[in-house]
Amino acid sequence: MLGVGAYRTRNRPALSEVLPLPIGEMSWALTDHRDQSVRPTDWAGHPVMVFFGFTWCPDVCPTTLSDISLWLEDLGADANRLIVALISVDPERDTPAVLADYVSSFDPRIIGLTGPADEVAKAAADFRVTYRRVDKDGGDYTMDHTAGVFLFHPDGRFASIIDFHEDRRFAVPKIRRTLS
Amino acid sequence: MNHFLLAAALTLSAPAAMACETVAIGDLTVEHAWSKATIGAGRPGVFYVEITNTGSTDDALVGIATPAAGMPMLHETVVQDGIASMPHAMSIPVPASQSVQLSPGGYHGMLMGLTTALKEGDSFPVTLTFEKAGEVTVNVDVLSLRAEGPDCADAGQ
Ligand SMILES: [Cu+2]
Repeated sequence: MLGVGAYRTRNRPALSEVLPLPIGEMSWALTDHRDQSVRPTDWAGHPVMVFFGFTWCPDVCPTTLSDISLWLEDLGADANRLIVALISVDPERDTPAVLADYVSSFDPRIIGLTGPADEVAKAAADFRVTYRRVDKDGGDYTMDHTAGVFLFHPDGRFASIIDFHEDRRFAVPKIRRTLS
Repeated sequence: MNHFLLAAALTLSAPAAMACETVAIGDLTVEHAWSKATIGAGRPGVFYVEITNTGSTDDALVGIATPAAGMPMLHETVVQDGIASMPHAMSIPVPASQSVQLSPGGYHGMLMGLTTALKEGDSFPVTLTFEKAGEVTVNVDVLSLRAEGPDCADAGQ
């Protein structure tokens, strides 16, 4: 399905406009939950699993992180070379320290990434991710965001997406396909 | 709600898993009430529960209240075109002879304005208001941020 290359019809954007860029063509610069800077080139040669979220969210994000933790447990040491990252769409509230606190509840292979708003926007554009701030009464806000989990091969090519609510039986084989 | 009352409510917690209790009101049974630990009190907590209507009349969950949060609301997580959002749910239908779950990735109580951070092992009361059956209070177990639900022997899906 992904091997067909870019095509265009009158109503549909080219695949290259809707599929994430290869990791090597991405241009963001973010900071992880240990305060280390991370760039796409740091992931060269590694399979990669990325999703976007924010720590203020009590439902979708911890649920996705719980699922990912279970997948990683299933995969065991086979997944040790897999880069697994949560990229915050709420950098205003998600400092590296907050992310450190958050990811500590989950599989230790999961890293949190945040950074200046424009770098987060660059990352979202590279992954073709949408996010938007939704203001609530009393000055609070929440974020709507793309909920899928993105998978990439070790050479940086986009592999597949695991949709939110997708059956776990399909998720683990999808990840496994990126590991070799 | 002041801190003293909340502290009193929290100390009601017993080691036994309260999430596994079943509370009944009229034709409704309410069970498996649980929540997740939060990072501090500034982030909202979440509330999950299972409601079964054994009667022949439709009902609906129309509100929740708790001393643990100043602004509890009902939400529904919706994923449309791959984008997750969580709009306010005015009411959650509990049709006759059916079970409804407030569960991860779907309907949930959103506990905004937490009085204090929710810690794993704590427990707090939540009062559910139903359109027809009225009010019922359940004890909610706080599980880890990673939990996917309470571990009850009878926890059928
Ligand atoms: Cu919510």
